This record gives sequence, structure tokens and C-alpha cells, in this order.
Amino acid sequence: MAEKVLMKGNEALAAAAVRAGCRFYFGYPITPQTELAAYMSKVMPKVGGTFLQAESEISAINMLYGAAAAGARAMTSSSSPGISLKGEGISYMAGADLPGVIVNVERGGPGLGSIQPSQQDYWQATRAMGHGDFFMIVYAPNTVQEMADMVFTAFEKADEYLTPVMILADGLLGQMMEPVELPDEIGELPEKPWATNGHKNQREHNIANSLYLQSDELEAKLLERAKRYEAIVEKEQLSEGFMLEDAEIVLVAFGASSRIARSAVVKAREEGIKAGLLRPITLWPFPEKALAETLSTAKAYLSVEMNMGQMVDDVRLVVEGRAPVEHFGRTGGIIPTPDEVLCAIRSLNEKVGE
Amino acid sequence: MAQRELSIVLSGFGGQGLLFAGKVIAQAGLLEERYVSWLPSYGPEMRGGTASCSVVLSDDPVGSPLVTTPNVLIAMNQPSVDKFIDTVSEGGLVLVDSSMVQDMPARDGVTICEVPATKLADENGFKTLANIILTGKLFAETEFCDKQTLLDAVAKCVPPKKQELLEPNLKALELGMQQ
Repeated sequence: MAEKVLMKGNEALAAAAVRAGCRFYFGYPITPQTELAAYMSKVMPKVGGTFLQAESEISAINMLYGAAAAGARAMTSSSSPGISLKGEGISYMAGADLPGVIVNVERGGPGLGSIQPSQQDYWQATRAMGHGDFFMIVYAPNTVQEMADMVFTAFEKADEYLTPVMILADGLLGQMMEPVELPDEIGELPEKPWATNGHKNQREHNIANSLYLQSDELEAKLLERAKRYEAIVEKEQLSEGFMLEDAEIVLVAFGASSRIARSAVVKAREEGIKAGLLRPITLWPFPEKALAETLSTAKAYLSVEMNMGQMVDDVRLVVEGRAPVEHFGRTGGIIPTPDEVLCAIRSLNEKVGE
Repeated sequence: MAQRELSIVLSGFGGQGLLFAGKVIAQAGLLEERYVSWLPSYGPEMRGGTASCSVVLSDDPVGSPLVTTPNVLIAMNQPSVDKFIDTVSEGGLVLVDSSMVQDMPARDGVTICEVPATKLADENGFKTLANIILTGKLFAETEFCDKQTLLDAVAKCVPPKKQELLEPNLKALELGMQQ
């Protein structure tokens, strides 16, 4: 077993990406994800990989498109404003069925916003990363260990389903240090017979393209891709439950805010309130099945987010009016305290209590 | 009695080594296989002259790594004392570098230890290790880990390329423990 080391989330994620076979990193500096790029700039040359600081985020995402098309494991990272710039390129990757990993270490928005942690990009990540009918798998780590573990999974799933995959973290997870055990170096990478690499005329040319001038061809492609999305929704939902067995007040929280929600649940239990926490680990696909299972005991739901209320929509879509669903959030870079969340639990409990 | 559950805020000027001291404390927790977190301030307050970090050592998983009501405050300048002293929880511990802080505000219900850490560091020939002297004092007050663990943690945190700094760090730690 590898030794546990103290690392920042940004660095642990970068180190794990290299161990997952990532050999191309394209990025542009932005707080609070800069340590990720800095780590790559040091390590990539030592492992025969490429670190490239692009002239802009838009260049970086299109380099990711190119490296992915050529069959490489490749990654880009940024923080909220920079991720918005990548939206067009991510849509093109989805349209060309290209696997790649995009890391968003979120900060406050909109616009340049703040440099402090936020979760204001949930809708963007799960609904509207770019134009056209497409989704990407979105992982939401809540520890430095998960920052490392999930980038590994992200590369695997990107190759398996031929889709861009996002790690949605935030400034808190990127900047904090915790003990982490880095994953072992990956052995063989999967074959990519579709890659647009050199072949000395041994086969037909491969093409990576998102343009279909014939509408019927495009529709057929979208329907084929939708089948893959169905498979993802069926097989890839991940979540973690905490004290849910008899939970009447069910908190739903992901990433950094789930850590605070967990502390609040412990405090609520000490007061005799039957609170529990469902933590989505995949945001798309949203863990509908696990959430639906909580309906047997739940009297009310509280979505705890570092935004004005975004994931609460997905909670309502699953609950379908069978219980009240409320949102508690701080936004713009403010991290809620467990006591604030506890107050929200208390008032919700009073509202729905006998 | 040893105090093992620590929620610490370390604060001072950039360059005083608060982030490093915080890392040493977190590393000690890691070596004893406990839950730990370390979170630096990287926001606008850092650009205004104080650098701070939050460190949590616990037997349970760490919820928020951002410490808002510390049970230990290590303050190395006047703005840090002024900003954080009222956030310290009842019964908490405040370690102050008294060579850097002229006006010690009144605060009931906490233990205040004033250590002239910067002066001691200068007098003993290890400038810039006031942070480690205060870390030693924290150990003396709380015994938050085994003594050997803390020495090992310092050894882990001093980079391989700067091994000449290990001995002064260990001496500064001992000096702090005697305060």
C-alpha cells in the first residue's frame, strides 16, 4: 500500500491523472486551480508527457479535442469563468464522441465573480455546458482522496462511453490539504481503433468530426448517442448515504457543502432530530434511484448548496411533490457553517413535525 | 491532560511561516493516522497583509476544513489578534507572538500565552523560526500528539533539498516546548 501523504486537492488530482495515463495537459492559469497546472508543468516533462500553457482557455480545450482524437489520454482544467470559455469546445467533443477530462475548480460567479469556493456551476455542468443535445458524466469529489480517485474513474468512463467527463470541484477542495493515498500507475490503456493517428495506409481514414450536413444522419447519430446516455443513467449513478435508515429530514448535498451538511446532521441527531444525508457523487447522472429510496421515511428534503439553488431542481424532479423540498445556500464564495445548516434543519423539522 | 481535538487558526504576516507551521501540525496528525485537514486563506484577506490557515485534527472525519470558531489561535501580528481573538471558543487557547503584538485585547474565558517568539528566534540564531517556537509551545500546552511524532513531522515537512534547516527547526521546537 502506498504511503499516505499530505497534498492539496489540486495537486492530488494532477498526480492521479498522470498515474491514470494522462500524458497531455493543456491549461491556462486561474485561481483557485493554478496548483493543478503548476504540478503538471513540473511532472509532465519527467514522464514523457506534454504540458502546454495555452494562450487562452479556448485554445486549451481545442488542443484537448485534438489530443483526444489522436487517441491520447488528455486533460484540461480551469475555474468557472475559464470553463465557460471552454463550453464551445466541449460541445464539439461531445459531437465528435471524444473522451477527455475537464476539471472545474469552481469559484464565485457570474462573470469574474470572486476567487472563493462556490458551487454555482451545477446547472452549467449538468444541463448546459454547451449547445446541442448532449450530456457529460459529472463527478463531485468531497475529499482530497476523492479528487485523486475520481480523476482515475473519469478517464476510464470517458474511454468507455466516448464522452467528455467533468470533475466538478471547488476552491475549498482544490486548496485544502488532507492525507491522500495516490492510486497505482495504470497498466495497459484501452485500444482506440477509432483514433485519428498514423497508420501507413493500413486501414480506412478515421475522422473526428461533429458536422453532419444531412439532418437524418445527425438525428441517427444523436439517437445512437442517446442509447449510451441511457446506459450511463442506468449503470453509473453514484451516491453515499449517511444516517438515512430512519431519516425524516433528508439533506442532499455534494462536494464541499456535503462535508458541512454531514456535520449539521450529526448535530441535529444530538438534538433528537432524525436527519440524514444523501450525497450525490455523480451529478449527471443524478442518483435518482438512491434518492427515491429515501422517500419511505422522509418528511422533507433540504438541498444544501453553495449557490442560490440549483441541484434542488433535480431533487424536486425525483421527489415529484411527495414531500416538501427546500434549499439552503450561501453563495458568491461564502462557505456555510454547520450551525447555519442546523438552523435550517430545525426550522424545516418544526414545519413538517406533528 | 492531552487535548487531541484541535481546530486551529494560525494567522500572521506572509513570510512568518504560519502555513508551514500548520502543515507540521497536520503532518503530525497524519503520522498518528488521525483525520486532519489544512486550508490556507487564498482570498483577498491574504492580499491585505495577513496570511492565515485553518488546521483540524480529529478522531472523526473533518466536516468543514474552514475553522470559524477555533479552540486554538496562533497569532503572530496585531491584525491577526484583533481579527480572531473573539472567535476563539470558550476555554480555548491563544498563543501570541508578543514581540510582534503591542496591544493585547482583553478576552475572558480563554488561556492566553504570550511568547516573545520572534525575539527568542533572533537571540538564538534561528531567525524566521518563530513559527516553530510557537508550535513547540502549542505542544507544551496541549500535548496534541506524541513528542516523537512532532519531531518526525518536522523532519517530513523540511524539504529534502533544505536538510540544513532540519536541525535549527528541531532546536526551535525544543525551545518552544520550554516556554
